[in-house]
Amino acid sequence: MSIDSLDEITETLRGEDYVSDDAVSMSLFLALKMGRPLFLEGAPGVGKTEIARVLSHAFDTELIRLQCYEGLDIHHALYEWNYPRQLLQLQAGQKEDLDAIYSDEYLLKRPLLQAIDPKRTSAAVLLIDEIDRADEEFESFLLELLSDFQVTIPELGSVKATHRPIVILTSNRTREIHDALKRRCIYCWIDYPSLEKELAIVSMKVPGLSQHVRTQVVNFVQKLRQEDLLKPPGVAETLDWAEALVHLGIAELDAETVRQTLGVVLKNQEDISIVERLLDDQSWAAQAG
Amino acid sequence: MSRSPLPQDETGAPSMESRLVEFVQRLRLLGLPIGVDQAVSFAESFAWIQPLRRSEVYHAARATLVNRQEYLDLFDRAFVEFWEPRRASPRPQKTPQAPRHRPEEFQRPSLVSFMAEKARRQSKEIEVTDRTKTATDVEWLQRKDFAKLTDDELIALRQSMAGLRWDFSQRLSHRLIKSRRGRTLDHRETLRRAAKLGGVVVELRHRERKDKTRPLVLIADVSGSMELYSRIVLQFFHGLSQQLDRTEAFVFGTRLTRVTDAFRLRNVDVALDAVSREVFDFAGGTRIAESLHTFRKRWGSKVLRRGAVVIVISDGCETGDAEQLGREVEALRRSCYRLIWLNPRLGQRRYEPRVRGMAAVLPHVDDFLPIHNFESLRQLRDHLARLPKRKGGPSEISRRL
Repeated sequence: MSIDSLDEITETLRGEDYVSDDAVSMSLFLALKMGRPLFLEGAPGVGKTEIARVLSHAFDTELIRLQCYEGLDIHHALYEWNYPRQLLQLQAGQKEDLDAIYSDEYLLKRPLLQAIDPKRTSAAVLLIDEIDRADEEFESFLLELLSDFQVTIPELGSVKATHRPIVILTSNRTREIHDALKRRCIYCWIDYPSLEKELAIVSMKVPGLSQHVRTQVVNFVQKLRQEDLLKPPGVAETLDWAEALVHLGIAELDAETVRQTLGVVLKNQEDISIVERLLDDQSWAAQAG
Repeated sequence: MSRSPLPQDETGAPSMESRLVEFVQRLRLLGLPIGVDQAVSFAESFAWIQPLRRSEVYHAARATLVNRQEYLDLFDRAFVEFWEPRRASPRPQKTPQAPRHRPEEFQRPSLVSFMAEKARRQSKEIEVTDRTKTATDVEWLQRKDFAKLTDDELIALRQSMAGLRWDFSQRLSHRLIKSRRGRTLDHRETLRRAAKLGGVVVELRHRERKDKTRPLVLIADVSGSMELYSRIVLQFFHGLSQQLDRTEAFVFGTRLTRVTDAFRLRNVDVALDAVSREVFDFAGGTRIAESLHTFRKRWGSKVLRRGAVVIVISDGCETGDAEQLGREVEALRRSCYRLIWLNPRLGQRRYEPRVRGMAAVLPHVDDFLPIHNFESLRQLRDHLARLPKRKGGPSEISRRL
């Protein structure tokens, strides 16, 4: 599947139930066309990871995901040798097997190597999720990998991708990612969605919710984001909430319902108590619908 | 525009490329760090978009030239100004500069000169003799309250402070390194050795988790009530920031300011000068709870990671709500590995932490220590070096030195 214009990408995303805006579509379009990684930054729960999933589905290709964490190293990100098998082979066979045990057969391919595997018949989507959680050392390693999609395994030689993967990096911005890495990417900051966009998202993802409650929910969440909360709710929370309300069969979102279901939207005790106090305030509650 | 020496097409208008370059240069002038490769990306993107559609050009430029959220507003304004000058405000306003820029004309009386002024007033009353020479005098100096130091004594003390080596608490990282004592098997090394012997495992090799220094977060109160200690405290911060990587520093009076970058400067005077230029509320009121709240909200997720130790220096003279302060401190302690509160007044005789704010804070801190003389700094150093590798451990609540 090839994409030749900006409108096409917006259409494709919409076809996959992803409500995009111009900034996101353009970044994605350029990243695809120019063969660059796409760097998505933004608050948690605004749909960064979702883009990779949607993309792999639309292109009907494999999604390879690397979840970053502190201490992530080459053996978990790139490759590891299958030691038990190697040992068995050595003990069973002859001494000349020494080279044979360092072959493809004994190689455990981790996500990055899977993505650049020359045996691949089409480009995969490689999602490097929450890169801000990994150590800085890992960033410099990525820098090397993402510039020519080639790595060297000492015992085996170099591996180069025949089909370059579509790379998506996400960051929740718990720390600043080095400029050198960002410069190689197309950058996109994803903000909380506007009222219209969020309404569209909810109606698409939770079609069972009545239009009346949907408007109430989205209005309320948008209002919450303007309050001084430690963890403002993301779109993911809005969707969870909408779904919860469908299951509860709620036809009208009143203060009592909000109080009972607040735990779906806010995951921080302090924030919950702040909002509970706000709910007592009549004027605020009236504004929030 | 005709003065542009760049290539022009038949119509006499400057070519697209030269306009693009001009635009990039304009952004750079405003302080956006844009590399050549980014500019090239921007030009490349024209192969794919419709250059006559303003919105496509706008989003393409945004995606290729900007790589930090902070620059987005600035970029937006510059874009309109450059490509749609008619739409921009009729009287050109001065575009604000990127956060990195710090215009020179914006000089304010620095903390150093401010403090020097204070010290001079004091030295008139106290006859200064050179007491820094002999050993006993040095010892005496080390016990003297910071607030009572004269200019010369401050200098002598600074030398002693520079001599303090901070051996800071370690934590176990998740990264594995080769080790003899480790408990995790190093399969790769073990196999490599076994391979030489035809697959017979004779020797097991090990790995262990690497030690890493904990991040340190310093938060100092520089309000009026702390005035006499502020200079020394900031000097102390500078020493720590220089010796330990990953130190974050903040100061507050009525509002919080991050001064980490200023403390990276090596020269202590230059660094303190830089701090005073960034901080607008020296020697003013105190809003501890509010400042700590701002800290947690804006910086918490960024700097309170990986087992951070937080040191707060304040006398707890809160002008706001004491109860709220208690709640803030409690929340702060929950989100870090250890919360150490330093109070210069604790060194004074007959001091009881009864100030409203301080009493609210006390139940929620891990350690409560004095910081009023050199001796107390040393005590703090020993304490930091002894911190346990795991959370918890005995807390040190010192009433008096």
